[in-house]
Amino acid sequence: MHSLIQSQLRLALAVIGGAAVVLGGIPLLFTLFPATRRVVVFGLPLPWLLLGIVVYPVVYVAARIYVRNAERIEAEFTEFVGRD
Amino acid sequence: MSPATSLTAIVLVVVATIGIGLFGLRISRTTSDFYVASRVVTPRWNASAISGEYLSAASFLGVAGLVLVNGADMLWFSVGYTVGYLMLLVLVAAPLRRSGAYTLPDFAETRFESGVVRRICSGLVVGIGTLYLLPQLHGAGLTLQTVTGAPPDVGAAVVAVIVVINVAAGGMRSITFVQAFQYWLKLTALATPIFVILIAWRSIDQPIGVLESLRGAGAEWAEPLSRVGGRDHPLYATYSLLLALCFGTMGLPHVLVRFYTNPDGRAARRTTVVVLALLGTFYLFPPMYAVLGRSFAPDLLQSGADTVVLELPGRVFPGTAGDLLGALVAAGAFAAFLSTSSGLTVAIAGVIDQDLLRSRLHRWTGGDYVAVNSFRIAALLSMTVPYLGFLVTGSLSLADTVGLAFAVAASTFCPLLVLGIWWRRMSTTGAAAGLVVGGIAASAAALVNVIGAPEGGWPRALVGQPAAWTMPLAFITVIVVSKLTPDKIPAGTARSMVRLHTPEAVDVDRGPGPAALTKHPAAGPVPPRHA
Repeated sequence: MHSLIQSQLRLALAVIGGAAVVLGGIPLLFTLFPATRRVVVFGLPLPWLLLGIVVYPVVYVAARIYVRNAERIEAEFTEFVGRD
Repeated sequence: MSPATSLTAIVLVVVATIGIGLFGLRISRTTSDFYVASRVVTPRWNASAISGEYLSAASFLGVAGLVLVNGADMLWFSVGYTVGYLMLLVLVAAPLRRSGAYTLPDFAETRFESGVVRRICSGLVVGIGTLYLLPQLHGAGLTLQTVTGAPPDVGAAVVAVIVVINVAAGGMRSITFVQAFQYWLKLTALATPIFVILIAWRSIDQPIGVLESLRGAGAEWAEPLSRVGGRDHPLYATYSLLLALCFGTMGLPHVLVRFYTNPDGRAARRTTVVVLALLGTFYLFPPMYAVLGRSFAPDLLQSGADTVVLELPGRVFPGTAGDLLGALVAAGAFAAFLSTSSGLTVAIAGVIDQDLLRSRLHRWTGGDYVAVNSFRIAALLSMTVPYLGFLVTGSLSLADTVGLAFAVAASTFCPLLVLGIWWRRMSTTGAAAGLVVGGIAASAAALVNVIGAPEGGWPRALVGQPAAWTMPLAFITVIVVSKLTPDKIPAGTARSMVRLHTPEAVDVDRGPGPAALTKHPAAGPVPPRHA
């Protein structure tokens, strides 16, 4: 039981850590390298491209990956307990 | 904008909402139906309903307005509104569903075995809900004013009355269908004008400075951290806003209630993933209104940026096309106020009903009352207070006020849920202390903002975006007080942990769930009859 909670918690913290680095890194990028505030990529300024469009599919994929792993942990636990 | 077309569209939305509400009335029969729609709603329906409920006046009107005035930094609002569900997914979705609780106070009471913690939570649900209802009423007043010129009080009153009738009539079962319908209506209403504008440009070769307004050398507005609109300390504000939105979502009363309608923990997770897709799609559009508004309606910067979504179609297409698109957008805006206000009212009314009203009604009437009537009175009460609040507060930025509700939620329910679910050494005293400290700090900041924020500099930044200090403060309080009071760790913590984290497929002793609490109304044997 304890190990189930531990693995789920590790997985959750990994997702949060990833989100913190990626999302938290964006304002830091704009602060440390002011030039990135006005770089134009695919006809759009980088901040607008990142925050207006790119972030959403990335978050969705992260959620999909999380759910797959969380369900795998639970399936392993169920199998383990079932064999007991 | 032509009032007749827009009014017709708004009336259609209202009629459809009430119609679906009445349809729901026929199938909701018991108190359990009223609260959680009997838990038979499928993930897709539920995800549409969650998104429909979540996309409020702040998302539909407020984000575009803020971006129009303050520029790129405000894009974080829609990012935060979405990422909040990722945090909710990984931290609380499945365990919360497995807790078997109907509402936040239920969760608090079973996990911490304390009536005091329950009552603090009930108060916070009412407080956060009221703070969140305020901007909905403001948005409704603003929309009806833009469309017809009627004073804002009228639009707010219209939404308040419809919501109370709908909630009192059908409870949550009908709300689920209403909300799911509202998501698709809102997406259609927001996306269609944008597509029409894009197509029109290709065919009529209109001179546009739109992309130039984003790329131009003088476009300070288009750059992040630029202090456009007079916001000091943009880096602090950005991080604090992001924290509030990411961790406040899980503590919003109307969001949590909706998760109990999932059949199990696994479905709760899958529902959340669908929600992320639906929200991501929706939030592509508000920034486009702001960019277009910069070119077509620059006067709104001074005269009321929150109406940019409503005004834009008429500015781009004078004539019938603009009228029709404007009517569509106005209808979508009304859908936003109706759905969010309904969800909040259900959540607040549920708490008032269970924790304040029912026992008193029982005493006063000597048991001679119908349980559902108590819920209906509670629904009326939970809308009255925000409406009075709306009448006394001045004009507030829609998205900013909602941001404060998120900050309070992130400083109270977030520590309670996250630590309560993952930390077995959390004590009851620690839970209560964290709620009180975080609640007082964040509410004080919110109150200062509503009454009148400080002039500028750090005081204004700290009060305007309080989450960066109030949320860590609440977490630290819970941890320190819990360490100091190890004898107050709830006796049933081990069993609570088993119930929260064990997959439903595994047969274990989950202990008595919240439904077994004798005082819980849903466990009562009397199915209240009505209609």
